[in-house]
Amino acid sequence: MHAPGGGGRLLACAQDFSPQVEQTDPDTVIVDIDGLGHLFGTVHEIAQTMARRAGSPVNIAVASNPDAAFHAARGFAGISIVPEGDAAKFLASLPVALLAPTEEIAETLARWGIRNFRDLAALPDLGVAARLGEEGVRLQKLARGEGDRPLHPVEPPTRFEEQMELEYPLELLEPLMFVLGRLLGDVCARLEKRALAAIGLRLRLLLENSGEHERAIRLPVPMRSSRVFLKLFELDLEKHPPAAPIIKVYLAAEPAKPRTTQNGLFIPLSPEPEKLELTLARMAAAVGEENVGSPELVDTHRPGAFRMRQFTMMQGPGRNACPTSLAFRVFRPPIAAKVQSGFLSAPGIRGKIVQQAGPWRTSGDWWTTNPWARDEWDIELTDGALYRIYCDAQTGRWFIEGSYD
Amino acid sequence: MAAAILQTIDFKLHERPAPEFLPSGIASLDFALGGIPRGCVTDIFGPVSSGRTSIQHSLMAQAAQNEEFCALVDASDAFDPASAAAAGVALDRLLWIRCGGNAERALQATDLLLQAGGFGLVVMDLGDIPPETARRISLASWYRLRRAVENTPTALVVIEKAPHARACATLAIECARTRVRWSGAPGCSQLFRGAAFSVERRKPLRPAGAQFEASALR
Repeated sequence: MHAPGGGGRLLACAQDFSPQVEQTDPDTVIVDIDGLGHLFGTVHEIAQTMARRAGSPVNIAVASNPDAAFHAARGFAGISIVPEGDAAKFLASLPVALLAPTEEIAETLARWGIRNFRDLAALPDLGVAARLGEEGVRLQKLARGEGDRPLHPVEPPTRFEEQMELEYPLELLEPLMFVLGRLLGDVCARLEKRALAAIGLRLRLLLENSGEHERAIRLPVPMRSSRVFLKLFELDLEKHPPAAPIIKVYLAAEPAKPRTTQNGLFIPLSPEPEKLELTLARMAAAVGEENVGSPELVDTHRPGAFRMRQFTMMQGPGRNACPTSLAFRVFRPPIAAKVQSGFLSAPGIRGKIVQQAGPWRTSGDWWTTNPWARDEWDIELTDGALYRIYCDAQTGRWFIEGSYD
Repeated sequence: MAAAILQTIDFKLHERPAPEFLPSGIASLDFALGGIPRGCVTDIFGPVSSGRTSIQHSLMAQAAQNEEFCALVDASDAFDPASAAAAGVALDRLLWIRCGGNAERALQATDLLLQAGGFGLVVMDLGDIPPETARRISLASWYRLRRAVENTPTALVVIEKAPHARACATLAIECARTRVRWSGAPGCSQLFRGAAFSVERRKPLRPAGAQFEASALR
């Protein structure tokens, strides 16, 4: 298809007919119409439909190879059907300038008196190769309508986004899930078509009060299951609901290459990432996001310091076994206690201290607004229970930090 | 006819394979019990300072050594990452769920974990839950957990003050403290060195027991 007046909408129009569209130059596109006969009828009818849809005047040529169609569309007005096997005869009257030869070849051809495709096609092959080189042979082939290059289709931009404006504002989560399910289905289908998966998802909800509610889900491994995504968004929105009814939904997926793993009989057991992600989200909904994860020790001497980080399936080596060490159980928060005349009393814990070791004086963070200083003891009560107690140096109060078990 | 049915039942009873065991990492315990059975519920119970948590840490360290993932459902938020790391637990292979003293949430989380699968060891720590709360956990909930872990390579360990899993536990171990090790002179230079514990198998009822020592971190 060639639009002599400029091809602003030409590509979009061509893509409505076929996904195999090559934009050869700004005002010419080449479309693969193989198989369109079932929808539009004969070749001539297909060309007519295309011309009608294009809106502005266009030249359309149908040929068995892309180059012949390209030259016919640029050389003849209206609709041209290049007969298969007789392209050289059909293109014979076209001027040589249509082949866009280099300046040097164009000058040579002009000196030889070669004006059109017929003249160039009639030249002896060996003579053209000897005098004009490889480029001359290529031009002669094109003049004979013998091009055999494949089509180079335009790649549509790889944006995995969907949006939907709602007819009426949504107040409940359930109808929103229906809308979201459809959008996720479309996005996942497009990801699947390109053999990709999503590593992150972003949901933007336009609210009735002109506000926006944005939620993002970051996945530990690339996934492509719309059901899993829908459940993750459902759990997330239950915890973080929008402040007003929703009037527009916008969804975007961040594409990534799918995870490839080599399974084996002797690989240690590990949870499936898709299932695990859903389980973690469910547990986070039940006990709170900050209460689910892997503990990580912090570089400090502050007793009991740790932070929680997201649980990921690290495939690093396991650790070597250590000799059995006595475990400690922490009371969070520490239990306030009274220590008097060798007797400990606290809610649920009472007894005479029969053995003790300490004090272990520790302090730190005195240069911050949250300093700590305390004297610790390890004690054994009459019932045999072993505890770690401490006296806060700032308040002078006693606490039970935990038990040895 | 009856003989044929009996023969079928007999065949099916014999069909169930013996469970695979996860070693505990404590030599004497492994020698006596063979370890902790996979695909079953194991109840480890005893009073405060009876060595239950030391066994738990040793199990988690052993699972980490096998490059397996562990999950700890901590009903009363009593897990101490520092002492676990010292026992050899790989914290980056551990999923810790803190339930803030809510036993019901702990049961729910354990069930979800077992349904998800893929963990070598799942520990449900009810060690600091008041006995009256632990007693209220219905037998149906225990059966649900037993059913969820059955035919999986996961070992489910429950830490408690008293045995509550009852019929649902394949293995029940009672822990007790036998000796506390102190060194130095009392009052001035005394040091807490560790404790010795005894372990007795309460279910199945075949006499088996072990002793082990755990050293204090200081």
